[in-house]
Amino acid sequence: MDIESAKLISMGLVVGLGVIGPGIGIGLVVAGALQAIGRNPEASGKIITNMFIGIAFTEALAIFALVIGFIIKYT
Amino acid sequence: MHEGISIHLAPLALFHIGTISVTNTFLTALTVSILLILFAFFATRALTLKPSGFQAILELLITYPYDFVRDTLGNDRLAERMFPVIMTIFLFVLSVNWFGLLPFVASIGIHASVQGISEFIPFFYPGATDLNMTLALAIIAFFTIEIAGIVTLGALKYAGKFITFKSPLAFVVGIIELISELVRLISFSFRLFGNIFAGKVLVLVIMLFVPMILPVPFLAFETFVGFIQAAIFALLTLFFTKIAIELHEEEHSSPVPSGEKVHLTI
Repeated sequence: MDIESAKLISMGLVVGLGVIGPGIGIGLVVAGALQAIGRNPEASGKIITNMFIGIAFTEALAIFALVIGFIIKYT
Repeated sequence: MHEGISIHLAPLALFHIGTISVTNTFLTALTVSILLILFAFFATRALTLKPSGFQAILELLITYPYDFVRDTLGNDRLAERMFPVIMTIFLFVLSVNWFGLLPFVASIGIHASVQGISEFIPFFYPGATDLNMTLALAIIAFFTIEIAGIVTLGALKYAGKFITFKSPLAFVVGIIELISELVRLISFSFRLFGNIFAGKVLVLVIMLFVPMILPVPFLAFETFVGFIQAAIFALLTLFFTKIAIELHEEEHSSPVPSGEKVHLTI
């Protein structure tokens, strides 16, 4: 295998494997938030605020995978 | 890339001014900025104290986000200062994203040679597919957040959030917070870039396979994604500002805020 094909395969693997965890994580975050809203609809404003912060932190991990994918591909 | 579909990570340069290349994404962002400025100028020219029709709609569109910002920050003076920045980010990102979905974008252009290969260069291309633009917005958001924190808490107190010698654990947590503060630059810029770029590639691929009816739901989805990403960018700026202006010391003297108590008695 030459270096170019190794780079392509590893880029695909990095992004593909890297988004599994954050995918599950965002699902858990949103599931928790929706349950909380279901139990206490009055507090939905605060819950949604914190949900977005949680999603942002979780999603950042997927973004790191994407960044590393780009670094592998273009360096 | 192979025949029929051309995907570029870097934006294509339309022409050069000196050593600065004017790219199609830059032209899009510039056009959107000019349109927004013109809209703001003409929409606010004939304001009356008693709003009617068009002005009432505009006021509703501005007051609702303003109330949200004020409620989130819980500080009227800071909300007055932060709201223009946050709303500008939202409006600019939203306009750039939606402008990128218009029919003439990425379809009218010129043929020019890029690195020796003849390539089709559109005049307009979705602005957020250029990392330069999203990184610029991320830097603006980053400095807005940091300056809001420093102005509200004072430089020493704000630095104390990150570098503390109270306990070894607090020190480590502070270092981690400092890193996560800097990492926001990457996550902010790549979130917007990744979403819009992936959306553009998705639409291009769908258009290559089924050019007639199938792209419509995907374009509708892209409209939604464009709005959501604009909202996320603005909301995260707001929430991180809220985190920056708060001192996270253990202040559990009043577990139930006074507002909640009033609410419970009703």
